[in-house]
Amino acid sequence: MIPELGHYALVLALALALAQAIVPLVGVRTGDAALIAVVKPTALAQLLFVVLSFAALTACYVTSDFSVENVAQNSHSTMPLVYKITSVWGNHEGSMLLWVLILALFGGLLAVLGRNVPAPLHAAVLSVQAVIATAFYLFILLTSNPFARLAQPPFEGRDLNPILQDIGLAIHPPLLYVGYVGFSVSFSFAAAALLIGRIDAAWARWVRPWTLIAWMFLTLGIAMGSYWAYYELGWGGWWFWDPVENASLMPWLAGTALLHSALVMEKREALKVWTILLAILTFSLSLIGTFLVRSGVLTSVHSFATDPARGVFILMILVFFIGGSLTLFAWRAPMLRHGGLFAPVSREGALVFNNLFLTTACATVFVGTLYPLALEALTGEKISVGAPFFIMTFGPLMVPLMIAVPFGPLLAWKRGDLLGVAQRLIVAAALAVLALAATFAIEGRPVAGPLGIGLAVFVIAGAATDLFERIGLFRVPLATTLRRAVGLPRSAWGTAVAHAGLGVMLLGIVGESQWNVERIVAMKAGDVASVGRWELVFDGLDQHEGSNYRELAVRFTVREGGVPVATLAPAKRAFSTREMATTEAALMRHGVSQLYVSLGDLNPDGSVAVRAYDKPLVLLIWIGSLVMALGGGLSLSDRRLRVGAPRPSKAKLGLQPAE
Amino acid sequence: MTRKQRRFALIAGGVAVLAVATALVLNALNDSIVFFNSPTDVVEKKVQPGTRLRIGGLVAPGSVVRGENLAVRFQVTDGNNTIAVGYKGILPDLFREGQGVIAEGVLDPGGSVKADSVLAKHDEKYMPREVADALKKQGHWQSDYDKAAPASAGPPAAGPPAAGASAAAGATR
Repeated sequence: MIPELGHYALVLALALALAQAIVPLVGVRTGDAALIAVVKPTALAQLLFVVLSFAALTACYVTSDFSVENVAQNSHSTMPLVYKITSVWGNHEGSMLLWVLILALFGGLLAVLGRNVPAPLHAAVLSVQAVIATAFYLFILLTSNPFARLAQPPFEGRDLNPILQDIGLAIHPPLLYVGYVGFSVSFSFAAAALLIGRIDAAWARWVRPWTLIAWMFLTLGIAMGSYWAYYELGWGGWWFWDPVENASLMPWLAGTALLHSALVMEKREALKVWTILLAILTFSLSLIGTFLVRSGVLTSVHSFATDPARGVFILMILVFFIGGSLTLFAWRAPMLRHGGLFAPVSREGALVFNNLFLTTACATVFVGTLYPLALEALTGEKISVGAPFFIMTFGPLMVPLMIAVPFGPLLAWKRGDLLGVAQRLIVAAALAVLALAATFAIEGRPVAGPLGIGLAVFVIAGAATDLFERIGLFRVPLATTLRRAVGLPRSAWGTAVAHAGLGVMLLGIVGESQWNVERIVAMKAGDVASVGRWELVFDGLDQHEGSNYRELAVRFTVREGGVPVATLAPAKRAFSTREMATTEAALMRHGVSQLYVSLGDLNPDGSVAVRAYDKPLVLLIWIGSLVMALGGGLSLSDRRLRVGAPRPSKAKLGLQPAE
Repeated sequence: MTRKQRRFALIAGGVAVLAVATALVLNALNDSIVFFNSPTDVVEKKVQPGTRLRIGGLVAPGSVVRGENLAVRFQVTDGNNTIAVGYKGILPDLFREGQGVIAEGVLDPGGSVKADSVLAKHDEKYMPREVADALKKQGHWQSDYDKAAPASAGPPAAGPPAAGASAAAGATR
């Protein structure tokens, strides 16, 4: 009964979405306020029914109702409760349901919070949201029904993929989806603005918080996914340039560009057409990210199962939204008025520079990800485009962008003074050179490492310079500085913090990629292996029984200069239901670096293959991402986003002499 | 500067960056792409020794020989032809005889592949798409794979996008 209720609730949500897609737009056309007012209740009711539907599927998982095919395929009665719940979205159908749940959540929030948005725009935005929702409900109901029943329920479920039996599954997909789906709001705003044919600085201000939320969550989601892959896969990598990862990186790059271009539009009313285009592209890339991976179209060793019916449906959705919105763009965008002028050297110019490099970098990732697919379709040749391609293309594009980051916030709007800014950045540059020289003195060649560290320090020190300049540190009395620091808009803090986070992440990337020490060795009890300055002593083997797996663990003592400092117990788990094994790496943190130990095969002679890494600064990669997201959060709390757009002042009118 | 000149500067800058990016992409595509081959492709296309390639097929049953210090040799077969692969390091969790595998490395003059990474598939029923295609081409595709596939449509396509990334099974040295 519960699955049927869940299914029915989803059908009702579809009906509501259809109404919400059509009725308000008719209202906008005919100027009928009653029809426009339909958006709010339908958006909220839609949310209610999707929540019910999601709750129904969760209930099926929690009670291990194996008569539901989806549950039987992806759950097991002995799994801990938390994994039973996370299994809900650990599969295709359930994750699509999570997608629409988040979409409905955004719809509901838009309906409630969008009070200061003019009614016609508000209605148009929500009806575009409903069009998106309709497509997704149809996709789920027609091709991926999570509530399908089995005629003969099995006695036991097939278990969740062991790699997914991790707390990472509880956190990573929801974060990532909030990011992907969040960009639907800026997309809807863009499409609505094109439909209505009017766009101004206030538009950018309404869109900004939504874009920021999506960007923050996407940042966190990608970072979390990267950390999860790092500790769960047992081979110490944190980014593989896998198509699946690229699919999440592309909307992030486009979304980052959107955040910056929307700033120009808000402050200077310039780059309108470009911002609209970016909003469309960002969500299009999110759709591609959600779908191409899942449809199995992409050549990846990580995507296998395909269902042709789904693939065609997915293609139709992509063509409809991407093609449709771009057509709308081509038709309506020329109507938009051009905005403020600016010199190439100015804050606007810097933001254009940012956009140029981010979108170009995004395009290279796009080419690298989809080229194998195109080539196979055209010639039948199968190729793989791996990390070297992306390092050779993406890397060189990021360098000028990183150098430019500290300059941007210091340049004035309209017409900037590059020389003056360079002078103000002299301390940051000196620190960078110092860091470069120090790193070179300690680590020596290759110079890529020291150069990277210097660049990262420049970005961090540049962000600090921006703050210090604004609060006048050391130039005005301390009390004034403090007062200015308190009065500084949160968005200024956000910019500096996010930029500093970027530098911190770069530090981690450089440290991990340049000075990673790796040791792969077969070890027996009593053996000692050295990794960097650490010594690993193999103390012994243990076998345990987990709730649904068997575990082989090795006890290691870590010594530094002969002195024991820690014990580590990496393990291999064998899951009987799916005949799969997972590697549980053991990590020892020292400072912001980590010692990483994982196990390979048990050899016939009783030795165990051991893989050990010393990864300097590796934690900074994720700490930097967190700091970036924090910067987004600070910016989101800025007063102007809470207060809303300025209205033409009535006071001025009141001052007219009353004759 | 006039409006026209500004716009020109903007467009010229954009075109310049795009040109650089295009050059980078073309250069990288030349240098860093790797072709996928089945053992039969290697034999029929007369792939030159020294070429970097990906080879995919099934690990021939009984062919896995482990040597000193984590060295391992095995045969990759598509039913008609077999290529030997040598690898030193830790094999992925799901590497087994009779199962689908992709090895990436350099073809040496003796006709075997010196692999620096080995990727295995995810669970007992699946195999990498390239491998499945290669086997189909050689007429060694067992239809029960087809039947098995939808039934176990769970794990690989299952995870959300980047969870899929996390679900990577592989070994790289």
